[in-house]
Amino acid sequence: MAVAAETIITAIHGDRVSLLRVLGPAHVWALGVGIVLVGEFTGWNFSADKGGALAALIVCWVVGLLYTSVAMIDSEVTSTVAAAGGQYAQAKHIVGPLMAFNVALFLVFAYTMLEVSDAILLGDTIVAKAGVEGLTHNSFIAATIVVLAWLNYRGVLMTLNVNFVITAIAYVSIVILFFSVSPWTQGAVLKLNELVTPGNALPYGWIGVIAAFQFGIWYYLGIEGTTQAAEEVRSPARSLPYGTMAGMITLLIAAAMTWYVCASLMPWEYLGITYYPLWDAGKLTGSALLENLLFIATLLAALASANGCINDAARAWFSLGRDRYLPTWFSAVHPKYRTPYRSILFLLPIALAFAFIADLNQAITFSILSGVLQYTFMSINIMMFRKKWPLGTIRRGYTHPFHPLPAIVLFCLCVVTFFAIFLGFGSQLIAMTIFYFLISLWFHFYRYRYVRRGDQFTMPWPKPQGY
Amino acid sequence: MSRYTPPEQGKAGQIFDIVVVVVAIFVALWLPLKLGLAGAAKSIDALDAKTWEALGQNPTMASIWEKLGYTPETAHDIIQNRFHYIIDWPTLIIMAAVLIGYFVFLFRASDREYRDVINEKFDDK
Repeated sequence: MAVAAETIITAIHGDRVSLLRVLGPAHVWALGVGIVLVGEFTGWNFSADKGGALAALIVCWVVGLLYTSVAMIDSEVTSTVAAAGGQYAQAKHIVGPLMAFNVALFLVFAYTMLEVSDAILLGDTIVAKAGVEGLTHNSFIAATIVVLAWLNYRGVLMTLNVNFVITAIAYVSIVILFFSVSPWTQGAVLKLNELVTPGNALPYGWIGVIAAFQFGIWYYLGIEGTTQAAEEVRSPARSLPYGTMAGMITLLIAAAMTWYVCASLMPWEYLGITYYPLWDAGKLTGSALLENLLFIATLLAALASANGCINDAARAWFSLGRDRYLPTWFSAVHPKYRTPYRSILFLLPIALAFAFIADLNQAITFSILSGVLQYTFMSINIMMFRKKWPLGTIRRGYTHPFHPLPAIVLFCLCVVTFFAIFLGFGSQLIAMTIFYFLISLWFHFYRYRYVRRGDQFTMPWPKPQGY
Repeated sequence: MSRYTPPEQGKAGQIFDIVVVVVAIFVALWLPLKLGLAGAAKSIDALDAKTWEALGQNPTMASIWEKLGYTPETAHDIIQNRFHYIIDWPTLIIMAAVLIGYFVFLFRASDREYRDVINEKFDDK
């Protein structure tokens, strides 16, 4: 990728030192797919645990619809509200400060816990491969988080160039695996008919399909992170919709190939609990080359995801500081590297701490919970956006079709996913929602006093209708 | 409308707020782990006869389990560790009430704050 490191100083909030506009559509694709692709290497398969192999396929497509709605809605709003913080900046301009504060926390929690999951996956994969007794994953987890934080500290262009390369390698490995197992022939390597039978396809019935929505989210969780780079892309109106939609298409193809190969190679009970479904699939083909390729690809996917998550979580946190929602100390931009370095450093020990105290599916569930809360907001946000600024009243970089159908579909699927989380993880959902409620009270009744009112609205738009 | 001037926050206040946020994050994420509220609600339906047939595995499935290094005995706890989807209505109602209450509060309080923002932003012009 030839990307000219041009510098465009943005004057948002009067910052003297601002983020650099150096990214193109390929970086947006790399940021979105890089964060998400690890979901094909681990996590999605827990949906088979909750509902069986066929349930995992059904949710792959239905949740794909949810995320297509997310991508469509997000592309419209972000191509119009092009500011760091992504959905946070959207909420601030469309719904209000308290919602923006919550959305930023959803983003930080979703991405930090995803980063934690990635680091755990990477550590566990290396330990499993080494097969050395007494070797623990702790040092690998710590090294991953610290090195990637350093990379993010040094600059966004280098970070996302690295992501583009490792994401592409990980993606190609899935394609190689798919074509290496003769997907057009059953019986030779793949044995779908014998592994997914009428008797075990839906072991829990249709309630299992609904329950599987929870981990079906993991096929695509994080694609909306492309919007975090809004202040660092050279042409947000073009790059963000293009990169996000290209990312969704890429992921839908990868998810379908992953399900087909894995469900055709291992029983659903094992598929539902393994931490490395694609690496296991490589092993079960009997090819040492494929086994090693998928091992490396699992590590690269985890690295790419953690890398993108640090990038996104830090920008959401940075935005909170810049608007005084949190102490302004967090809003500093590094004078040389032009990155939100204090936010990157602040989130580093939090990620490290949880990587050591949570296990993989707990960390994944924390991330999913924050993600679904955010998608619920997005479905309402787009309705408010169209109502306050109808088409034609402001310049939109992209206008998504079929409104309000994507918003209604997204909202309904979020409700189903909340019910899915209730089926097995309900206590965790209640505990996290109570946390968000209490921290909202803290913000609304105490912290908001430090926020400048009119300065929060930075877009050159007319007054919203109805106000 | 008069322009709102926020109070300046001193260093000690900023540090205090950072500590509050850090503590809140750790409590929110760590407490469910500590109290056992995080993780899947599953339990093992134990079988007396630990054979591939009793575990519902056909010869193809059994051969894959063996390729992965499992015997019927070691695979038993994986295969029989199941979710039991019984809808606990009181918990479901509490969960729905918490979620709806949270979102209603969010939108109403946000709207109050938003009106101030819009008034100050556009009444200045």
